[in-house]
Amino acid sequence: MTSKRILGPRDWSSHPRQAHPDYKSTLLRSQRKPLVPLPQSLSELTGPVFGHFAVTSEDADLTRNAVRDGEAIGERIIVAGRLVDEAGRAIPNALIEVWQANAAGRYVHSQDQHEAPLDPNFLGAGRALTDSAGRYRFTTIRPGAYPWRNHPNAWRPAHIHFSVFGTAFIQRLVTQMYFPGDPLLALDPIFNATADAAARQRLVAGYSTELTEPEWALGFEFDIVLRGPRATPLES
Amino acid sequence: MSSQTPSQTVGPFFSHALTPSGDGHAPIAGRQLADERTPGTLIRIEGRVLDGAGHPVTDALVEIWQARHDGAYPEGSDAFRGFGRASTDAGGRFWFQTVKPGALPENGAPHVNAAVFARGMLNHAFTRIYFSDEQAENSRDPILTSVDPTRRKSLVASLRDLVGPPVYEFEICLQGAHETVFFDV
Repeated sequence: MTSKRILGPRDWSSHPRQAHPDYKSTLLRSQRKPLVPLPQSLSELTGPVFGHFAVTSEDADLTRNAVRDGEAIGERIIVAGRLVDEAGRAIPNALIEVWQANAAGRYVHSQDQHEAPLDPNFLGAGRALTDSAGRYRFTTIRPGAYPWRNHPNAWRPAHIHFSVFGTAFIQRLVTQMYFPGDPLLALDPIFNATADAAARQRLVAGYSTELTEPEWALGFEFDIVLRGPRATPLES
Repeated sequence: MSSQTPSQTVGPFFSHALTPSGDGHAPIAGRQLADERTPGTLIRIEGRVLDGAGHPVTDALVEIWQARHDGAYPEGSDAFRGFGRASTDAGGRFWFQTVKPGALPENGAPHVNAAVFARGMLNHAFTRIYFSDEQAENSRDPILTSVDPTRRKSLVASLRDLVGPPVYEFEICLQGAHETVFFDV
């Protein structure tokens, strides 16, 4: 017997459809057969536990976690928020991984051919565990926009990739955080693959005066909501 | 009540963060979940990720989550963590070294849970890896037997008959006539 609570479904009004023709890479990679229903069992409701073995305090500061001989270049920012489930309950001790391009819009990746400089003091990868209230906080460099080959003159809006674990394997979420006011958002097929405008807005961080540190860094707030325990069914 | 944060693609450039090799950023998990000291039978799972045209997907990420050799899911204190992560290579190939998971009556035939991520996938896809040499258990498994028989074999890794530690082969087809069974869970 499992003592774990059954989770509510993935909310397909929030998540993008798998096949989105404007995003060319979905053409041969999106699933076309219906997903097969799977009752939740321990296989789905358990998940890996990441303790402090996985994360050091330096991991959450991308401006410092890869310095060689100087400082990371670009606009220093703070990105922080809460990880909660759909009922608003904090998810503590959860692993959040982030990765991103540098200030010039270039990733540390052999396949990134964008003619923009690498920053020897910036890797663009970090991770953190949420605290007892589900909070996380990263210090990083604001990423640049970069071109991609999806369509003529295509540019990805600046974004930070987020990989999130809940307590159950099926709570796994990989997403992207965007910045408020970016004119590229309206043109981006990946962002717009999420049909619902309100859902899309949940991918856009808010500027936060509270998180902004005087004389140091702008702050952005990005809360993340994972699927939560199924609501108790009402008796008819 | 809050609403779920939408999924977005993992994109092509995740490896420096999620599957790093070499200096600097140490991975939180990798392809090797177990070694000779881990209780159970050491196995390899080898596979490929293919797109709808049958071409290798060279920038996919495969994650697995599995029970220990005795069928119980690992707790935080277990040396065997039960979680693995591999990116595909230029041939679309991935591999894991792990122990064969045990079966618990309430959890069906032995299986490894998998999530597949890639550029061009706006949501990750969940599947399961069963084992071809567990025919008796597989024939009683409620999930496996609920799947259309013509598609069932996409969930079963085949034992390659070789000397040495057992190697199971598992192909993940994202699309097409042989599309792998992915679960709505």
